[in-house]
Amino acid sequence: MASLDPRIRRAEPELWQLPERPLQPLEHWQTYEVFTLRTRGGHAQHVGSLHAPDDEMALVLAKEQFARRSPCVAIWVVPTSAILWTRPEDEDLFQPATDKSYREPQGYLHTRERLEKYRDRLKPIDP
Amino acid sequence: MIEILEELILSLADDDLLIGHRQAEWIGLGPILEEDIAFASIAQDETGHAQAYYQLLTDLGLPTPDEYAFKRSPAKFRSAHLVELPNFDYDYAIALMRHFFYDAAEQVRLEALRQSSYEPLAGLAERLLREEKYHWLHAHTWIRRLGHSTEEAHLRLRAAAEQLFPYAWMLFEELPNESAMVELGWIPPSSELRQRWLDKVLPLLEDIGIHLTTPSEELLLPMKGARHGLRSPYFDDLYAEMTEVSSSDPEAEW
Repeated sequence: MASLDPRIRRAEPELWQLPERPLQPLEHWQTYEVFTLRTRGGHAQHVGSLHAPDDEMALVLAKEQFARRSPCVAIWVVPTSAILWTRPEDEDLFQPATDKSYREPQGYLHTRERLEKYRDRLKPIDP
Repeated sequence: MIEILEELILSLADDDLLIGHRQAEWIGLGPILEEDIAFASIAQDETGHAQAYYQLLTDLGLPTPDEYAFKRSPAKFRSAHLVELPNFDYDYAIALMRHFFYDAAEQVRLEALRQSSYEPLAGLAERLLREEKYHWLHAHTWIRRLGHSTEEAHLRLRAAAEQLFPYAWMLFEELPNESAMVELGWIPPSSELRQRWLDKVLPLLEDIGIHLTTPSEELLLPMKGARHGLRSPYFDDLYAEMTEVSSSDPEAEW
């Protein structure tokens, strides 16, 4: 008798063919985006995505996919389809047309020096 | 008295060791990657639980966890036959139903052991319950979700439940010297634990339209004596595979 152990008898590749019609509910799972909180009151960080048949199972499965190897006190899951995002061709939205480096952290590097210079200028000149 | 304690702890530990092994046989074969990882992780937890139980005995000067797991004669095992059953034709409904029955039983046992008068056992039960909470969540969520999905799922789950119920029933076979264990306040009687287990699993199965009846004596007979050392016909193959690596070099350090 042929072994039933799938480690020995592999599934026939033709069984993997998708039907030539749109997949129906329950024939495929949707994806969820997963976020974890490392500490209570901390912020949620995106850690990856997974397949799940529904919201509840997404939480159950997310625990073992993403909370095994790093600290975690809570998990959030969101259906990927619930997330809106900008399109790659809209990347220019984020490119400033003029120099805006003053808004970046290094724009504040010399603030103290400038402030001190300004204060010096304001000092009344001794008679 | 230490022999009686050993009987109790081996019955708990051996169940965890062998269910861990059987569930680990699913690694790489789960229905979908995410579930494969979750199920394998649960299997790994169970093996860890077994190790922690054996360690309680090691602490009393008895053999080490490795000696208990890999160098014991079959008749000295105290596992229930439910955990020795192979995965047959790898039907995931059977894997989930065994997981469901088993982890419900483990929850019931651990909840009872928290109150054990044998403190090391009570302390360990408290710790293991933390992981058990997830095992049970995973098991009953799947059963409910699939039980309310398609007719095929329902039929497969029902067949699995009917096949496994007598085996699961015998998880609560009376232990050797049980009356002494009960008297010492180590654990409640098995019949009482079985009732708590039935109260936990039956309503969830009723909810998905699976109605089970008390197994007949005839069905239970072949499993009687498992807690006294009677192994199922599947044990030898399981044990040969489980000890294959350790017996290839008995002196190796892990």
